[in-house]
Amino acid sequence: MTEPNVQSATRDPAALHAEFEAVWGNPRGWRALSIVNHTSLAKRFMVTGAVFFLIAGLLGMLLRAQLAQPNQGFMGVQAYNQIFTMHGTMMMFLFAVPMQQGLAAYLLPKMLGARDLVFPRLGAFGYWCYLFGGLIFTSSLLLGLAPDAGWFMYTPLSSNTYSPGLGADFWLLGITFIEIATMAAAIDIAVSILRARAACMGLHQLPIFAWAMLVTSLMVIVGFPPLILGSILLELERAAGWAFFDPTRGGDPLLWQHLFWLFGHPEVYIIFLPAAGVVSMLVPVYARRPLVGYLWVVVSMIGTGFISFGLWVHHMFAVGIPALSQAFFAMASMLVAVPTGIQLFAWIATLWSGRPVWSVPMLWIAGFLFIFVAGGLTGVMLAFVPFNWQVHDTHFVVAHFHYVLIGGMLFPLIAGIYHWLPHFSGRLPSEALAKTGFWLTFIGFNGTFLVMHWTGLLGMPRRVYTYDPGLGWDIPNLVSSVFSFVMAFGIATLLLDLALHWRHGRKAPLNPWQADTLEWASGTPPRSYNFVSLPRINTRHPLWDQPDLPETIAAGMHALPHAAHGRRETLGVDPVSGRVREVIHLPGNSWWPLTAGSLLAVLCIALLLKQYIPALVVTLAAAAAMLRWSWENGAHPLAAGTDAHDLPHGLELHSRTFDGPGLWGMGMTMLADAAFFASLLFGWLYLWTVVPGGQPAASSPLGHWPLAVVTALFGAGLWILHHVVQRLRKGNDIGLRSRLWTATVCGAASCVGLSWLLATAPLQPTLRAHDAVLAFTLLFLLLHGTLAAVLTALQALRVHHGHVSLAAPYEPAVVAILWRFCTLACALAWVLMALLPLAFGAPP
Amino acid sequence: MLDPAGPSAHAIAAVWWWMLGVSALVLLGVVALWLVAMGRHAPTANDDTQLGAGQTGRRWIIGGGIMLPVAAIVPLLIFGSPAGLHQLPLARSIAGETAAPPLRVNATGQQWWWALHYPASGVRLRNELRLPVGRPVFVHVGSVDVIHSFWVPRLGGKLDAIPGRIGIVRLQADQAGSFRGQCAEFCGLGHAHMVMTVIAMPAAEFDAWLTAQASVANHD
Repeated sequence: MTEPNVQSATRDPAALHAEFEAVWGNPRGWRALSIVNHTSLAKRFMVTGAVFFLIAGLLGMLLRAQLAQPNQGFMGVQAYNQIFTMHGTMMMFLFAVPMQQGLAAYLLPKMLGARDLVFPRLGAFGYWCYLFGGLIFTSSLLLGLAPDAGWFMYTPLSSNTYSPGLGADFWLLGITFIEIATMAAAIDIAVSILRARAACMGLHQLPIFAWAMLVTSLMVIVGFPPLILGSILLELERAAGWAFFDPTRGGDPLLWQHLFWLFGHPEVYIIFLPAAGVVSMLVPVYARRPLVGYLWVVVSMIGTGFISFGLWVHHMFAVGIPALSQAFFAMASMLVAVPTGIQLFAWIATLWSGRPVWSVPMLWIAGFLFIFVAGGLTGVMLAFVPFNWQVHDTHFVVAHFHYVLIGGMLFPLIAGIYHWLPHFSGRLPSEALAKTGFWLTFIGFNGTFLVMHWTGLLGMPRRVYTYDPGLGWDIPNLVSSVFSFVMAFGIATLLLDLALHWRHGRKAPLNPWQADTLEWASGTPPRSYNFVSLPRINTRHPLWDQPDLPETIAAGMHALPHAAHGRRETLGVDPVSGRVREVIHLPGNSWWPLTAGSLLAVLCIALLLKQYIPALVVTLAAAAAMLRWSWENGAHPLAAGTDAHDLPHGLELHSRTFDGPGLWGMGMTMLADAAFFASLLFGWLYLWTVVPGGQPAASSPLGHWPLAVVTALFGAGLWILHHVVQRLRKGNDIGLRSRLWTATVCGAASCVGLSWLLATAPLQPTLRAHDAVLAFTLLFLLLHGTLAAVLTALQALRVHHGHVSLAAPYEPAVVAILWRFCTLACALAWVLMALLPLAFGAPP
Repeated sequence: MLDPAGPSAHAIAAVWWWMLGVSALVLLGVVALWLVAMGRHAPTANDDTQLGAGQTGRRWIIGGGIMLPVAAIVPLLIFGSPAGLHQLPLARSIAGETAAPPLRVNATGQQWWWALHYPASGVRLRNELRLPVGRPVFVHVGSVDVIHSFWVPRLGGKLDAIPGRIGIVRLQADQAGSFRGQCAEFCGLGHAHMVMTVIAMPAAEFDAWLTAQASVANHD
């Protein structure tokens, strides 16, 4: 099986390490804040996530302490409402998603045979947004100003009228800020999986965890924008008085619920799929045989991703929507049991046909199996509408989602942490303490939440800070509270074990579990550059099929074994086949991500304090910082100032081609943008068709033609960019700069048109929800028009400085994607908002 | 809801017990399979089973992953779904028996109490809902401020009270008695104490009460 997979001569590993460390190594001291290396950032993500988990867990303990006995005076109703809101929000947004993205950012390049993720600075920026956003959000607890309307922030309760004060603003602004981090990480991860892998590693050879993260990241990219939109609209309603959700002004509180759950249900699978990916990685290792039904598992993960976008209404069965659509969403909710069942039985079949060994990770996976299957079964029950009408919003639901989330995410995550622990630290944990931790957590968990199903069936609604004695709720609540402390001891034991192992753990051998995937060839603990040389991988199980890979990699016998040129390089491959297409050169450490992140944090605080002039100034400063950051690309001396002459035959640096990760990054960003815009159009159509009395007049306040003119201007800019790229491809750069300036003028003209429309159209966003949506759409288009104009102007300047040229022709193609989006979005807005009312609107 | 006092709650409770039984079997089965698989050592090493593994694997996946969920869900939908009809505001009850014409009550949630209104007689109550035994009641649920949820667990499922909308839920009590109705959608500081008492009275008694109340209400 081992084919001679050697491309270069052997060199001394120590000398090679020194050569690579000089380029890839991390600076120490305060300069460490400029690090963009994925291993370092991922560790920061995971440690930060763990801290937020502990804070949110402590909040959960406080809740259980309050509910232990009826009419308990441990805390007041204000405190209770804040704490349950913070507990849920922090667990979902500050722990579950960032933690898994951190694990993925750590593992994926190593599993895929790459040296880093493709957007290192974006990764650093995401981390700072996450950290600052998390700190701002958590500080609301200390200030006593925490949000208290529940983690799904149903309006009107979360509106200005019923939630005055800063609590809801902390939620809307803080969470939106944190979501920037989530989106950034998702785009980084998705593009890296598709474009930065080992040579020849086809999609059919991806480790399952990479598949899971690919599906998850795409779900984040499409699923988070509806919530971001909803949050912005609600904050606009709170801060500027625009009507979106207020029924007295033509809005509808249910629109918030649709937008929220359009995000919120995929979110459950966004949390579960990475964990399922971890299980699919671990089971084969400990069963000592390849995963049974690889293709089935991949297809079911993709299927889960699709189905999860068709389920959101099952959170809204009790709002009284039509029976037919309830039936549809109930069936879809039950249908999702099929792909999950397929994965489950693929794991069982793998164990069945292998020679499994019990180990600490397998113990946690067995715990996962029990808890998650139980949670899945109650999930099918909840999808059954009449039963849902009874138990919705009771402690039965609380118990159900703790089974799904703790079982489906926390247990596999801990299994994964134990599995990859030797990789993080180079040491092995203690078996005895690890097992004690598991059993305490497992027993504590089931004692707490199994009983809680019963509490719900006895009629106890969720989110009540206390209850009267004599309703039969006393004993089950006490049992839950007692066992929740057992679980807390379990988690504490686990932490103790992890802390002790760092000092006292036995040294781990290179691949302690005899695993099959490449991350175990990157050294334990790993090197900053992961691999000295990049092997060609033509199998799903590289280390089982080529056991000598760690040595040949370290000896520099594979591709790109040089770093003396000072560039950080990794291979750019074809997304499907894994054929090598170019060499991606990655940026080095930079202060711009921290600068931009800090400025956004100031912006967030300024918006919280309702200081809009400073907010505007900070926004401009943040935009300037990001543009400055983007300046160091292409043929800029800090990126790849000179052409490379030592690349393998036929390969060029990506900035010297028309094909690089930035194209995909822009594409993914536009996908997110499209999801955002589609949610906005959904909101527009929803307010028009579903809400009683929402019918707009047959003549749109935007007039028939202004948007058509703006669309034409965008189209002209797109046409120019398109031609610029085509001419560059033909080797013609005559008039490159003036063409780019002309396109900039088109962008500026469309911005003028949109501003004129905003100023003159008879829109009353504070009085009518319909007008508010129209005005928001214009603002959205204006923002994109500005972005297109500024980025194109920047291209013209870069041509002037020689950072973009015939020799480095890559960037205009990236900017052209933004123009395409602007043109399409504006055309859609024109058709739906200006023309459609002509056909279906009521006569005035 | 495990001590049902009306047809809707009865039907749902019956479905629940079935679901619990089937789920417990499935859970035990899966866990047992897992433990057996963990304890078992495949008779031969990897390479020898590779040929057969494809087929065995497919059998496991199709049997467990596809057939099992379908076999569990289809009967649930077929036999369980009628349970939902009890709560919909249909003109006739599903059994087809000639019930008395439905009584209409408006239930309006506000922070943090329920306003009950009998539009036919003009009677208004606060946090107290009186019903005749054995006669369907159409509750028109609405809200004047935030979202609440109307729920009497022993009689049937809940319906959210949403400002700007009116929803209708059908209730029926089969026995006289007093039931608890607690707001189920988080609605702010007073959420935990937003409780209404539902009193089911024999039909004749109820009519007498309503007439008496109506005359008081109309005199005021």
